[in-house]
Amino acid sequence: MSQHDPRLILLDPRDNVFVARTRLPAGEPIETGMGPAVIDRDIALAHKIARRAIAPGEKILKYGAPIGVATKAIAAGHHVHVQNMKSDYTPTYHLEDERKAGAAE
Amino acid sequence: MSGLQGYLRSDGRKGIRNVVAVAYLVECAHHVAREIALPWREHEVHAIGFPGCYPNPYAEKMMEQLCTHPNVGAVLLVSLGCESFNKYALERAVRATGRPVKTIVIQGTGGTRASIKEGRGWVEEQRIALDAAETVPMQVSELVIGTVCGGSDGTSGITGNPAAGRAFDQLIAEGAACIFEETGELIGCEHIMAERAITPELGVELEKSVAKAARYYATLGYGSFAAGNAEGGLSTIEEKSMGAYAKSGASPISGLLKPGDVPPRGGLYLLDVVPDGEVRFGFPNINDNAEIAELIACGAHCVLFVTGRGSVVGSAISPVVKICANPETYRRMSDDMDVDAGRILEGRASLDEVGTEIRDLVVSLAQGGRTKSEELGHQEFILTYKSFEPLGPACLPAA
Repeated sequence: MSQHDPRLILLDPRDNVFVARTRLPAGEPIETGMGPAVIDRDIALAHKIARRAIAPGEKILKYGAPIGVATKAIAAGHHVHVQNMKSDYTPTYHLEDERKAGAAE
Repeated sequence: MSGLQGYLRSDGRKGIRNVVAVAYLVECAHHVAREIALPWREHEVHAIGFPGCYPNPYAEKMMEQLCTHPNVGAVLLVSLGCESFNKYALERAVRATGRPVKTIVIQGTGGTRASIKEGRGWVEEQRIALDAAETVPMQVSELVIGTVCGGSDGTSGITGNPAAGRAFDQLIAEGAACIFEETGELIGCEHIMAERAITPELGVELEKSVAKAARYYATLGYGSFAAGNAEGGLSTIEEKSMGAYAKSGASPISGLLKPGDVPPRGGLYLLDVVPDGEVRFGFPNINDNAEIAELIACGAHCVLFVTGRGSVVGSAISPVVKICANPETYRRMSDDMDVDAGRILEGRASLDEVGTEIRDLVVSLAQGGRTKSEELGHQEFILTYKSFEPLGPACLPAA
């Protein structure tokens, strides 16, 4: 297995998501360590990116711990957030910024 | 570097500030209290208080613990006159500690103008006496430090919170008492946290406190999660919890406190902020300052506040150290931030380096140092209704 992109942080070897160390634009190629992938939308600092393909119903692992569950199939390199995962406890309340084009700033 | 200095109080605790607390006992007395404190806004006269008109044992305990906090040197109580708060008991409790205390009853004094005049005259005398007060040497082991996170984002759990945890580990090794909190932001971490308890019985209590928080928030229909958390890259309460949990460091957990309980000795403590019993009185903590006030009521000399999105708050009574987890936020808001923990994300500092910087900053507050929020005049304070049962026998370490 090769090294993953230095712009991404892998907090725990068990994780299926990376954390973005910098902002990354949509279309940016990245190396997951298990193969190349492409970022699907503009990624803000410290947002999550799928390390590999994640199936609906699969737990999202960060810090080596489950932080929720995928609600859709997520491709490697794609943004993992409220649009494709949810809490196993209480729903997440969020606001869409109507002044911005995309959900990620 | 000179040693730590504190103001010795009659209960043996030492303060790192010598504040005059002007405490309103109902919202109707808030304006008068604020006006009394106003001329000293740069000079350690802080308005605190409770807005409710109806009795509440939690609020009375909080107010007593805040008015007899080691950072407080004198207390002026401001009552409208007809509210239910037991001003007699509070004045008696403050007097028993040897602190100067006075109660102004607005209805008896003759209204707003007369009450402000009388209050300012008394505060002036106290300030002169407190400014001349001698300090005594103090040890790190005599410090109580709280930590809270607010305006969290995806950086908080990677930089600021673990750095605060490293500072906690150092301070605990030096004998200090450190308190972390918000059981509603530990949902999902309860089992790994319980394994760090010094006794199995305490571990059970820790797990129960988080289960209570999960039930409480489920009833309310919201987690302890604000819209800005999601914009900052946090997707779920569990994810926020994992980041928040990092504030606790790696030390064993010595005890479980409720608001206003003072740690009996050094070590790491969890503060359970979620009320006991059925859901009453609304959200456990309506904002970050409610949590800060509870940490201070537990005797915290200062509070470490980790923020990613960028909070600007400070507090009445005790200084708030602001640790900025996000390097982009730091560049925008550096005037408000004491520590730039986002350097860790950019590879410009290690967690241990920032942890040591935070530990040194805490110690400097007992050597004449001031925080950014103090320099900016921040003195936020909020206290609302809650209800708690007393601590169970397994919650505190054996003497």
